[in-house]
Amino acid sequence: MAEDVFKALADPTRRRILDELAERNGQTLFEICARLVTKHGLGLSRQAISQHLAVLESAGLVRTRRQGRYKFHDLDTAPLEHVMTRWLSTDTPESTP
Amino acid sequence: MRIYVTSVFVDDQAKALSFYTDKLGFVKKHDVPLGGEARWLTVVSPEDPDGTELLLEPSGHPAVQPYKTALVQDGIPATSFAVDDVRAEFERLRGLGVTFTQEPLEMGTVTTAVLDDTCGNLIQIVHTA
Repeated sequence: MAEDVFKALADPTRRRILDELAERNGQTLFEICARLVTKHGLGLSRQAISQHLAVLESAGLVRTRRQGRYKFHDLDTAPLEHVMTRWLSTDTPESTP
Repeated sequence: MRIYVTSVFVDDQAKALSFYTDKLGFVKKHDVPLGGEARWLTVVSPEDPDGTELLLEPSGHPAVQPYKTALVQDGIPATSFAVDDVRAEFERLRGLGVTFTQEPLEMGTVTTAVLDDTCGNLIQIVHTA
């Protein structure tokens, strides 16, 4: 799971997608594509963005939610917290005599 | 060459007429029976009654529903209308119970929002600064 997170974060386009979802959760694919092209000049195809979203989703960083006939994408930062606490845990060797 | 009519496929023409006039504020221009339940039904902007007409076209063709469903799922608008102020229009329409799949979003000189026309389409509203 952690390796998926690192792989997902290794790509600059995917980090941009997370930036935009951090600004507003609950975006459609259309909104994500519009934000990437107008704010970041990333004119990728919708299929390419879908594939990036699938990588983010499999890493647990993005969750999709169906609401009626719409599909929305939300940011989930829980995997990042796991990654951070892996090294920032309290029982580090420092605390041992 | 000029664009004189453009169309959206609507699930129910009577319901569409009510949404496009009562909520969006267009006015009916042509309503011609075509046999069966279908009508040649167009609306125009009250600001431009002789301008481009919007045809509210029945979506009975078997290819139409899968097309509309796929667009709506990904949030892709069927068409786009210009307004003076997207945020003001968003507040007005939300007050009328209209559902938005994208709240107002400023992107450089363009502001957009996306709403559900209740007849199987998403509609984008836009203004340029």
